[in-house]
Amino acid sequence: MSQIPRFRRGFRFQWEPAQDCYVLLYPEGMVKLNGSAGAILDQVDGQRDVEAIIAALQQQFPDAGDLGADVRAFLKDAEQQHWIELS
Amino acid sequence: MTSAGAPVPVNNPHQAGPPLWLLAELTYRCPLQCPYCSNPLDFAQTEQELSTEQWVSVLRQGREMGAAQLGFSGGEPLVRQDLPELIAEARKLGYYTNLITSGLGLTKSKVDAFAEAGLDHIQVSFQASDPELNNAVAGSRKAFEQKLAMAKAVKAAGYPMVLNFVIHRHNIHQMNDIMALCEKLGADYVELATCQYYGWAFENREGLMPSKAQLVQAEQEVNQYRDRLAASGSAMKLIFVTPDYYEERPKACMNGWGSLFLTVAPDGTALPCHSARLLPIGFPNVKELSLREIWYDSPGFNHYRGDDWMPEPCRSCDERDKDFGGCRCQAYLLTGNADNADPVCGKSPHHERILAARRAADHATAGLDGLVYRNANNSRLFFRG
Repeated sequence: MSQIPRFRRGFRFQWEPAQDCYVLLYPEGMVKLNGSAGAILDQVDGQRDVEAIIAALQQQFPDAGDLGADVRAFLKDAEQQHWIELS
Repeated sequence: MTSAGAPVPVNNPHQAGPPLWLLAELTYRCPLQCPYCSNPLDFAQTEQELSTEQWVSVLRQGREMGAAQLGFSGGEPLVRQDLPELIAEARKLGYYTNLITSGLGLTKSKVDAFAEAGLDHIQVSFQASDPELNNAVAGSRKAFEQKLAMAKAVKAAGYPMVLNFVIHRHNIHQMNDIMALCEKLGADYVELATCQYYGWAFENREGLMPSKAQLVQAEQEVNQYRDRLAASGSAMKLIFVTPDYYEERPKACMNGWGSLFLTVAPDGTALPCHSARLLPIGFPNVKELSLREIWYDSPGFNHYRGDDWMPEPCRSCDERDKDFGGCRCQAYLLTGNADNADPVCGKSPHHERILAARRAADHATAGLDGLVYRNANNSRLFFRG
């Protein structure tokens, strides 16, 4: 069964025009996200599961080849960093 | 244009990035009297606080420039009656809003109302893991009980929980008890911040600074606790800030002068850090200049940008882009000249001042009653002129 990622309590994901990137904000801290991390986390809405997110990204980046492994690895890493929870 | 290997271009205001971090020190008023407070010694001299409208304008300007993190601090920010309004405005603008509080003056209904207004996080500070020591350090008989109740209310309301303990020679032996208390309360982050010696803490340094032996033991305890948390899969994160007085290289203070942080003091004075007010430099006020002019064009903010200002040993040091010569306030407090290398650095000709403080910490015997407590009466003793 595919898991649904959601941002951990206290974490906020948003676009920052001044930095020209997505950031993840949390208590007294901020992570600047690179393009692919931003694109993946932009799909995290607490509704869609990992497979649905991969499918959406495949559609968004049709020339990128198979994204499945990279997206799963990134989300696993984000979970280990305690940015998101997978349930 | 610079060639490869040349120093970073200096004193060009347009090289400065945006102030990503805005600290709004809403007031110097505070019900507690912690002897390590980072507020200026002469805080009681501060004139009128900014109005609600003036703070809203500061928040708007900061956000337009790119600030993303906002801290409401003080003094005790809960003293300001317009706090809910400022929180709501900040959230509307898109800030991640942090309330940095002693917990005094907080109530369960305020905790909920702030969440409603969009507050992202409340950091509650403690002075110790038990009521006796906590209340003695805070100079308040009921502080501990209130802090515990408010920490629980913050957790119950669904905020991420950050607990802050300022560590010094009188509570450093409680490290394990402090971490256990935090775990019991369900903290997500625990800041174990050893005193930084500015403001009142500088005045009280001899009575606050832990000995090397105390510090080594505390570090061991924190590392062991961290391992235990990791083994149990706990997400509680321990952040142990050790005192730079035991380092041989200075900290990259504020990530560089005027690089990320912008503090606005209660009276509207804009500062590159919350201690910079003690420096013999003129700083602009938000009542007179726009935040953009202050950040990019004011002499105060450009004073220590880049490295043109550096004397030796920093000037020729290959680590100058890494630590920016350390902390200007510390250089000023310990050498009388803020241009000097931070004496924490082993290369500083003034490093002996740091070594002397370490030796003093090994032999200090004074108790809590020997400290100068932070209150308006004591503050008046520090008025100059």
